[in-house]
Amino acid sequence: MDPLLTGDIGLTAVLVVLLKVVVAFAALMVGVMLMVWFERKVVADMQNRIGPNRAGPFGLLQTLADGIKLFFKEDLQPDRSDPFVFKLAPFLSLIPAFLTFAVIPIAGDFSGNKHGVVTIFGEKTFMQVADPQMGILFVLAMSSVAVYGVMLAGWASGSKYPLLGSVRATAQMVSYEAALGLSVAAVLLVAGTLRTNGIVSAQSGWNWNVWMTLFVPFLIFTVAATAELNRPPFDLVEAEQELVGGFHTEYSSIRFALFFLAEFMNTVTMSAVIVTLFFGGPSGPIPSGAPGWVADYVLPFAYFFGKLIIFLFMFVSFRATLPRFRYDQLMDLGWKFLIPLALGWFLLLTAVRVANDQGWNVVLTAAVTVVGLAIGAVLLRASIRSAEEKSDLNATLVDEEVS
Amino acid sequence: MGYLDGFRVTLKKWAGTRTESGRRVTLEYPEEVRPKPERFHGRHVLNRYEDGMEKCIGCELCAGVCPASCIYVRGKDNDPADPTSPGERFGFIYEINYLRCIHCDLCVEACPTEAITETKLFEFAFTNRSDAIYTKDELLVGDDGRPQQMPWENWDGGFDPAENTSGWMRATSPSGSADFEGIVAWAGELGYGVRGAEHGQSAEAAPAAEPTEQDDDGHGGY
Repeated sequence: MDPLLTGDIGLTAVLVVLLKVVVAFAALMVGVMLMVWFERKVVADMQNRIGPNRAGPFGLLQTLADGIKLFFKEDLQPDRSDPFVFKLAPFLSLIPAFLTFAVIPIAGDFSGNKHGVVTIFGEKTFMQVADPQMGILFVLAMSSVAVYGVMLAGWASGSKYPLLGSVRATAQMVSYEAALGLSVAAVLLVAGTLRTNGIVSAQSGWNWNVWMTLFVPFLIFTVAATAELNRPPFDLVEAEQELVGGFHTEYSSIRFALFFLAEFMNTVTMSAVIVTLFFGGPSGPIPSGAPGWVADYVLPFAYFFGKLIIFLFMFVSFRATLPRFRYDQLMDLGWKFLIPLALGWFLLLTAVRVANDQGWNVVLTAAVTVVGLAIGAVLLRASIRSAEEKSDLNATLVDEEVS
Repeated sequence: MGYLDGFRVTLKKWAGTRTESGRRVTLEYPEEVRPKPERFHGRHVLNRYEDGMEKCIGCELCAGVCPASCIYVRGKDNDPADPTSPGERFGFIYEINYLRCIHCDLCVEACPTEAITETKLFEFAFTNRSDAIYTKDELLVGDDGRPQQMPWENWDGGFDPAENTSGWMRATSPSGSADFEGIVAWAGELGYGVRGAEHGQSAEAAPAAEPTEQDDDGHGGY
């Protein structure tokens, strides 16, 4: 629980909360602006181009210029659209993107036993807008709500391409949410708490979850997060070559900008979630002689930002490198590989944990678990194969009937 | 590492802007311009003979061949006392609609008197229809033999506006006969006379063909 909200809540506490909200909002908006610029610039570099370089130094203000342009464009609405839902959808997409960032700790001294508590105007608090008990579940919940934005946008447009895009999006995001949740479960098992602040505290002193959970949940989370963000190589939702623009085909002007903004905001937020869950968030070595403001704000934020940039770069290089998945490949990867793997890994970690608690032989327990999971994997493989054979047979039969 | 090979490529391009593989292939366009090819298809000009006579005879072959139907020509008989072109008729109205023109150069190929050729100008952004439709007054070269420059045209494209307005003409044998390869067989132009041959088509290789047929003013008729 945020120490700010324990005991009596005075005017200062309210003002501190307000300050944090305003700062987080502004920082996220500027961050998204820079993220769009960063993505365009890095992709340009990877394609031997120059990228935006006209608006402001190094083209830094390009996003601002685009935003202003979009504000002044005509706002079109198809005749057959559902007006209310059509207008609602962009906000359903944008607001969860904002809200998710509220639970990300971005600074604070996590070394020793300080748990990232900083003092603002004499009030002790965390460097995050909110620290709810449900913590990481809030992130998952918000990413589920974001599906509605995409789904309703496609449905309310009253047009076929957006509808196809949103149907794909819904199926994709719902499938990958399972893998996402299961890989998060492994982290929660190690950290022992749902609160993001607690997760970061548990990782201080290089006990990063990425090796505490033995890499696999991190890899699963990264792949599932890319799919959840609808970024390449999982951008079937937008698939320009097939679906014009996907779910936002019929959107123009600032309504389109909101979707665009939400997409990039989600990228930033998801990178921040990866950093929080697996790479210790803002925690890192802090020299004992450092003055309070350096130890509390400058160094932790630098650690957080440095880790964040690495993952933003990763997402951008995915986009520059990987070709788009075919739809059945996407579903195969999600359902037949990532979900069983995430589940198996979670069971393995649980077994090791129980063995530790009960004083059993850890190596033996792990070996038994691996054998059990391997048998399960073989059975799963066999059942998938027999199902495929059956569907092939059906397809042949249908072909024969047709001919 | 089959799955990661692609990342090696993009990272190499990203890291090495100075190496050959990461060398940038785009230019900062308005400041840097690429050199134009010799036979660039740009905005048209209507040429004149060395004595100032117009080459166009109003035959409408260009209008007939135009796949975009963007040329409108009407011919008219020359006034014997004050002829506009050396022939019997001249192009009285000549209009090209640049909202439709696809710069295919077929008009240039069709023209029997080399009256219409193309410059290298492509940076002409008009803001209304009347600017987009070039009339004969605008297309005709000036008294110095140089193309006229409209206010909305940008002629700073890294080339001399008057240079090589007839690139195609000088690159092929106008008659279509292989015997004419390497032979200067094109008429002179106002302000420039008979232009030299393109690279690979030396005028010295063969003597200029004797005019086989000439009208009274000494024009055309090769």
